[in-house]
Amino acid sequence: MSAPTPKKMDVTIHVNGEARTASIEPRTLLVHFLRDELELTGTHVGCDTSQCGACTVHLDGNAVKSCTVFAVQAQGRQVTTIEGIGKVGDLHAIQTGFWEEHGLQCGFCTPGMIMSSHELLKHTPNPTEHEIRHALEGNFCRCTGYHNIVRAVQHAANAMSGTQAPAAADD
Amino acid sequence: MTKLPDSNYHAPTGPQKYMGKAIKRVEDPRFITGTGSYTDDINVHGQLHAAMLRSPYAHAKIGNIDASAALALPGVHAVLTGEDMKDVGSIPTGWLLPGLVVPHHAAIARGEVNYVGDIVAVVIADTRAIAEDAVALIDVDLDPLAAVSLGSQALADGAPLVHDEAPGNVAFQWEIGDAAATEAGFAQADRVVKLKLRNHRLVPNAIEPRASLAEYRAASDEYTLHTTSQNPHIHRLLLAAFVLGIPEQKLRVISPDVGGGFGSKIFQYAEEVIVLFAAKKLRRPIKWAARRSEAFVTDAQGRDHESEAEIALKNDGSFLALRVRTLANLGAYLTTFAPAVPTYLYGTLLNGVYKFPAIHAHVTGIFTNTVPVDAYRGAGRPEATYLLERIVSKAANELGLDPSEVRRRNFIQPQDFPYQTPVALVYDSGNYEPALDKALGMVGYQDLLKEQAEGRASGRKYIGIGFSTYVEACGLAPSALVGQLGAQAGQWESSVVRVMPTGKVEVLTGSHSHGQGHETTFAQLVAEELQIPMEDVTIVHGDTGKMPFGWGTYGSRSAAVGGSALKMALGKIKAKATRIAAHLLEAAPEDVEQVDGTFRVKGVPEGGKSFFDVSLMAHLAHNIPAEMEPGLEEQYMYDPKNFVYPFGTHVAVVEVDADTGKVKLRQYVAVDDCGPLMNPLIVEGQVHGGIAQGYGQAVLEETVYDDDGNLLSGNFMEYAMPRAEDMVQIQVDHTVTPSPHNPLGVKGIGESGTISSTAAVANAVVNALEAFGINHLDMPYTPEKVWQAIQGAKRDMPQAADD
Repeated sequence: MSAPTPKKMDVTIHVNGEARTASIEPRTLLVHFLRDELELTGTHVGCDTSQCGACTVHLDGNAVKSCTVFAVQAQGRQVTTIEGIGKVGDLHAIQTGFWEEHGLQCGFCTPGMIMSSHELLKHTPNPTEHEIRHALEGNFCRCTGYHNIVRAVQHAANAMSGTQAPAAADD
Repeated sequence: MTKLPDSNYHAPTGPQKYMGKAIKRVEDPRFITGTGSYTDDINVHGQLHAAMLRSPYAHAKIGNIDASAALALPGVHAVLTGEDMKDVGSIPTGWLLPGLVVPHHAAIARGEVNYVGDIVAVVIADTRAIAEDAVALIDVDLDPLAAVSLGSQALADGAPLVHDEAPGNVAFQWEIGDAAATEAGFAQADRVVKLKLRNHRLVPNAIEPRASLAEYRAASDEYTLHTTSQNPHIHRLLLAAFVLGIPEQKLRVISPDVGGGFGSKIFQYAEEVIVLFAAKKLRRPIKWAARRSEAFVTDAQGRDHESEAEIALKNDGSFLALRVRTLANLGAYLTTFAPAVPTYLYGTLLNGVYKFPAIHAHVTGIFTNTVPVDAYRGAGRPEATYLLERIVSKAANELGLDPSEVRRRNFIQPQDFPYQTPVALVYDSGNYEPALDKALGMVGYQDLLKEQAEGRASGRKYIGIGFSTYVEACGLAPSALVGQLGAQAGQWESSVVRVMPTGKVEVLTGSHSHGQGHETTFAQLVAEELQIPMEDVTIVHGDTGKMPFGWGTYGSRSAAVGGSALKMALGKIKAKATRIAAHLLEAAPEDVEQVDGTFRVKGVPEGGKSFFDVSLMAHLAHNIPAEMEPGLEEQYMYDPKNFVYPFGTHVAVVEVDADTGKVKLRQYVAVDDCGPLMNPLIVEGQVHGGIAQGYGQAVLEETVYDDDGNLLSGNFMEYAMPRAEDMVQIQVDHTVTPSPHNPLGVKGIGESGTISSTAAVANAVVNALEAFGINHLDMPYTPEKVWQAIQGAKRDMPQAADD
């Protein structure tokens, strides 16, 4: 017997400030909507158990793992991806922190790390080392040993509190 | 908040502008903005998706396969089985030992599956979701057979046979060293210390799962494969010459941004074969991207040794001989480097940094019904270091000597280099005591000993201090030697330096970066040598359509071999550029020097020629020396004289909670010597990451199979990876002892953290448990295992310290 052909649904999601509409299967995960429908490939897939955090994005300003959210659940809501945080030549302070402190090697986990760090710094502008490590518990990095990631977040916190209150791109 | 301590960078002396500087990476902007391009980010017009039906049994006969329901699903284009690919060659192994048994390894199994994850059938469909739906609709008769998962069990009489062609499940028997001399050493011993240990199996787990995208152009009979590879030329060579028989020049293998490798992306895998085969058969581009749970049952795994070791000692702690017997579990098939890892990358490193009059090691390679085992970060050297450093610490404990002192007494001394070990290697250069001294100072050893003694006496606190004084062998070389040892690969590296008419420089390197930062360090070298801005340099890697050839990145070979190739090519560029400049300046080449980038006649500051002037004239060729070839492009194929031998001392400090068994890492000090540091920022990043992986093995990670070959730790929920809270600030420093074996003097740093840290952490945990009379415990040191060991020790020794 063959499985029935899944019906498609129209969904409109505000991604990085722009309304994006697509016709998708209801089972489509937000991460696949972003990657496959919108070609926003900065959000990565690193596991199939919501453990690694490579797919972390912001949904209405809160960090979520986009592999645990159906795209249809984001209907009408605001999604920010790494592409909406900052661009080459116009980097967010957290991106600058990762660059300055060598907070990445292969770069695959980095977008998720930045999105999770963003959430931390929104609520805790001057985190302790322990708070940073705790906040990144949901994000695997296999390259850096987390050492320079912690430094990167500290760098960003210093930069952001040194100038102005963290004005997050997606808030 | 507490800022992490600054690293102790060693700035270069002299006029160097780029080399040795902690320059931040030029590749980072694309990664931090999400604009990198990994294989699964690439999609092409008309692309279809492959999904694999994998065996749920470790060993089974394949009966009838009914794919009719899968084929009936809308969107499904094909279902492939082993019969469809019966004319495709066996996936080869790239290292042949004498007497090695090499079983046939089909991309899609035929007749029999040999591990959980072996591919039974493949669905090609419009989308990945449809392909996966269709996999579930394939009706296949699998008749389970008895299976075996542990090396020693596979050797037992009557054990299930993995391959008919490998009687007793033995792939090879291999030995190194002098058995008689070793026996004589034991005969003279005041004391013999024995250790039986297991180096358990690991999953590499690069965060980017493997992926491949194959395209075929019928008009020209050409293939393009985008794939997650550490060495695209090796993939092309194996696919062309051994598996698919594609004319090599008709196959282009591209590895774009690669999200970590750690060894797991060196090897030739079935999925790459399948997508290329299917792309031609269906005349459509085919993509396959692994789910993480697939990666757990298909990416080559690491380690998995069962060993018995004995060391012969004098009462003053000096070493007389070492004897080792190791059973190396190779899994179900031999992958690309599998036979080399437990032999030439392990047995030859059992000497470590010590003066051993004699060593003898025997290794049995064993087939089991498990995922194939191959090189994982460090590859053989972490296994050797773990065994040696554990038995040295155990010996110190039994002798009642300080573990750092026993090491010091046995170190090879600086004047002994080059040093011939009893297990084949000739070490290039080394100076082991300064690294130990520095590490002892950084960790605050005397204070720690005091705190440890007080804690033990109070029965409240159990601190463990663990040492690892290691040496590793990097940059396997030269090619003639590795060929004699069985390698079916060369071990040289290529570099092309292409200077444009405008003075901008493109470098093509056969090395491959999957996180190591070659775009930065190699550009630093070019900028330094040619005296041009780093911004004028682009490093290109990972594309067989561009590089002349290359053996890729593994075994910490990029700087020592790839960097040296670049250095030599740059020397040719400099020589030619100087000749052109001299011609333009109407001077003899030997009278021309380059100062701040400008070529000028020595002692004549005015009227010089810039690098741009020379580059332009090289291409215009209106006025260059007679008989000179126009252009400014040079190539160098560099085959090293020998291996290089990084070394160092790592010290781990742990605290064991005797009530819960929880091991907490408190402090970690790493003093490494990789020769001159090309970029300290990148070197230290490599060290940090390596330590986390080695720590992961000691305390968290374990690949668990049941007796039937089922993988019980098959995803990130069941396999404990180090997270941010598991790690602490790592204190890193260096000593610098250049290697005479290459023109840069560099030794390699990519694996040292992993090679050394597992032993250091293991020694620290056992050192803490010595308070309970425990003198060895196999990794990983999970709370349950440590707690059980403490409870057992307390039962055996009711007078234990804390009661």
